[in-house]
Amino acid sequence: MNITIKAALLGTAFALASPALAAGTHPETGEALADDQTYTYRNLDDIKSFDPQINTDVEGSHVLRDLFEGLVSSDPKGEPVPGAAEGWEVSEDGLTYTFSLRDAKWSNGDPVTAGDFVYAWRRLADPATASEYAWYVELMGVENASKVVAGEAAPDALGVTAIDDKTLEVKIDDPRPYFPSMLTHASTFPVNQKVIEEHGNNWTKPGNLVGNGAYVLTDYVPGVKIVRERNDMYWNNDETILEKVVALVINDENIALTRYDAGEVDKTEVPAGQYPALKEKLPDETYSTPRSCSYIYMFNLRENGPEALKDVRVRKALSYALNRDVIVDSILKGGQYPSYNWTHQKTAGFEMPDIDYANWTQAERMAKAKELLEEAGYGPGGKPLELTLNYNTSEAHKKIAIAASQMWKQALGAQITLANFEWKVHLDKMRNGDFGMARYAWCGDYNEPSTYTDLFTSTSGHNNGKYSNPEYDTLAKAAKTSDNPAEEYKQMEQILAEDMPIVPVYQYTNVIMVKPDVKGYPFDDLMNNIYSRRMYKVAE
Amino acid sequence: MLGFVLRRIAMAVPVILILIIFSFVLMRAAPGGPFTKERALPPVVLENINAKYGLDDPLLVQIGTYLKNIIFHFDFGPSFVYQDRTVNQIIADGFPVTLTYGFWAFVLAVLIGGALGIAAALKQNTWMDYLAVGFSIGAQALPNFIMAPILVLVFTLWLSWLPGGGWWGGPGDPNSYTSYLVMPVIALATSYLASIARLTRSSMLEVLNSNFIRTARAKGLPDRTIVLKHTLKPALIPVISYLGPAFVGMITGSVVVDMFLSTGGIGKDFVQAALNRDYSVIMGITILVGMLTILFNLLVDVLYAWIDPRIRY
Repeated sequence: MNITIKAALLGTAFALASPALAAGTHPETGEALADDQTYTYRNLDDIKSFDPQINTDVEGSHVLRDLFEGLVSSDPKGEPVPGAAEGWEVSEDGLTYTFSLRDAKWSNGDPVTAGDFVYAWRRLADPATASEYAWYVELMGVENASKVVAGEAAPDALGVTAIDDKTLEVKIDDPRPYFPSMLTHASTFPVNQKVIEEHGNNWTKPGNLVGNGAYVLTDYVPGVKIVRERNDMYWNNDETILEKVVALVINDENIALTRYDAGEVDKTEVPAGQYPALKEKLPDETYSTPRSCSYIYMFNLRENGPEALKDVRVRKALSYALNRDVIVDSILKGGQYPSYNWTHQKTAGFEMPDIDYANWTQAERMAKAKELLEEAGYGPGGKPLELTLNYNTSEAHKKIAIAASQMWKQALGAQITLANFEWKVHLDKMRNGDFGMARYAWCGDYNEPSTYTDLFTSTSGHNNGKYSNPEYDTLAKAAKTSDNPAEEYKQMEQILAEDMPIVPVYQYTNVIMVKPDVKGYPFDDLMNNIYSRRMYKVAE
Repeated sequence: MLGFVLRRIAMAVPVILILIIFSFVLMRAAPGGPFTKERALPPVVLENINAKYGLDDPLLVQIGTYLKNIIFHFDFGPSFVYQDRTVNQIIADGFPVTLTYGFWAFVLAVLIGGALGIAAALKQNTWMDYLAVGFSIGAQALPNFIMAPILVLVFTLWLSWLPGGGWWGGPGDPNSYTSYLVMPVIALATSYLASIARLTRSSMLEVLNSNFIRTARAKGLPDRTIVLKHTLKPALIPVISYLGPAFVGMITGSVVVDMFLSTGGIGKDFVQAALNRDYSVIMGITILVGMLTILFNLLVDVLYAWIDPRIRY
């Protein structure tokens, strides 16, 4: 049989089969789709709320991205793409954004209007809502946001206006080139005023909840599962492939893995330390992908902080003497990035600065650390270096803290007392400046370096060590209007490396297992913004 | 007797009141609060939240409002962390779950534990005794946070008999109601079962060695009558005083069962609320557990009098 005939026969076979398979193949890739398009994944815990303006947690945001659609979504790489808005225009001065909404419907058939966004954003800022994420409107810089949140102006003073049903105008106080990517945040999603007023606090219950996303909430058993199913009213419903998305609450990561092995869930997290073994056993299902969070030890630089830490040489010595490779390769073992800077290195628009000590060998760092410490008059032959390191209860934090204190002891002769606190106590101590060194981690709100760099400005509410450098503050301000903010960010990171208000430890990865028949998972998205409507299951 | 019961119920009121005030004050004394987060809230935002939940009122006013809402509206307030849900809803969702698996675990523990204990005592120092004692020591030594993962491994992964966790979702659920119950019941019952077996055994032995049993034997009563009529009842007294609080402990759930087997019960809600400083949820569940404890202790006291006619109130 020659090739042409084979091809012809194959062609006929396809032609014959295609009517039956029409619903069974992926429109773009042509892959055969599984009959059962149900995707089940593990949730560490119950989500806090289905209300976009109330929810505070990451896992809740995954659900909300399915149930609602903001003006802007992100593509599988994490780049902003039109969502409920077809497109947008920015004024010359960068202060006014005009969004044109597409024709879309709520899951109850109502049209989605610009007014729905106005309502949602005012609701977010309104003191009566008392949203924990009210600060996000301020962060976006929406005109009058601070005044509204503080109760000094009525919610309708907020700089967001419905020009007509399909046109939304947003005024912001300072240019923010990354403003559209901030709108992928769940707190900016629209809500249906009619539904909220009809059901009050119960509006988020399955059956009551009305959204404009690709899925509707069909079942919620607290502490057990969250089920969402295809929303036929969604404007792009034709392209949705997964019929049903189920989140199962499984607190224990090892049980979650057992249930993954048993085929009960399609995606779960890899238990700490098991990545290398699982990667070897199941290479096609085990992934380590960057995640926008940065792990550090923060120094307390306040007046009441330890005397030794006021000396930059001591801070540098501590940072240099920490062997990140050991922490990453021997303790975490999940492909995390050893860190010598603050901003997650994979953040969009961030260029890694050339930080001196990052390029040294560990032996060089050690030598330098000893030298600096001696200069500062501490260590062998000088004053003893005695410090306390606070961390919150967690096996991983404990292991890292023990390793770090050993490294500091061996390299610098430092006496580090480890202090373990329950989570809320740890936070309380940090807030009150009752610490010497403290474990801290920050996860980016949006995919742009300022979500990190702003934290160490002197006015930042999260800057618990009270680090302050006017030059840094100036650069932070300049970055907002700069044509090439990557330059400012680089300089800011250099300043941090020079002043060393923190010990960067590592940058996060998502270490997960995903069944091989699940396609379209956004592995490349640093923000881990999952949209179930882009995922599908292929026939095995 | 009736007077005794009424007196005890009347006494429960101040006890619960003290419990509420104590827990309320203790909870607030713990560092941090429900809105203490890794990401510090700006002061203005925190003020708004505190105003919404009345957390900015003086503590006395807060307690007063709290008591007023409970007494007049039976309203235990909103959850500060799960803001879509009220404490009443959280208890209404979770308590039936723990009540169900707790009840069956109790039945299992009493039946098997009791039988083991009795068998061991009657056949003291035989293989049956050693087996029963060995089993109960083993069961006690195996904590349920080890038991639960093993159960999932065996029943879900190896045998594929049971779902690896969760709770029955109604008639549309592909798994049966019982299939969700098996693992929580076993995981919860095991250590209680062991305690009951050992308690029953030692208490039975004590009675069997007492004078009146020797008399009964001397009188030539058949073994059956001696055991069923004369030994069992007095031997049950210490067991019953253990069972009262144990029953409350079981039906209000276990954090391990809820967390490892994803049952959605209040055992986890309770512990998580304490860690989250979700004041209202902690209070709600504390009051529930407190009332149940008082109720079942009362029940135990009544049972005493029924079992042992010498006990009079």
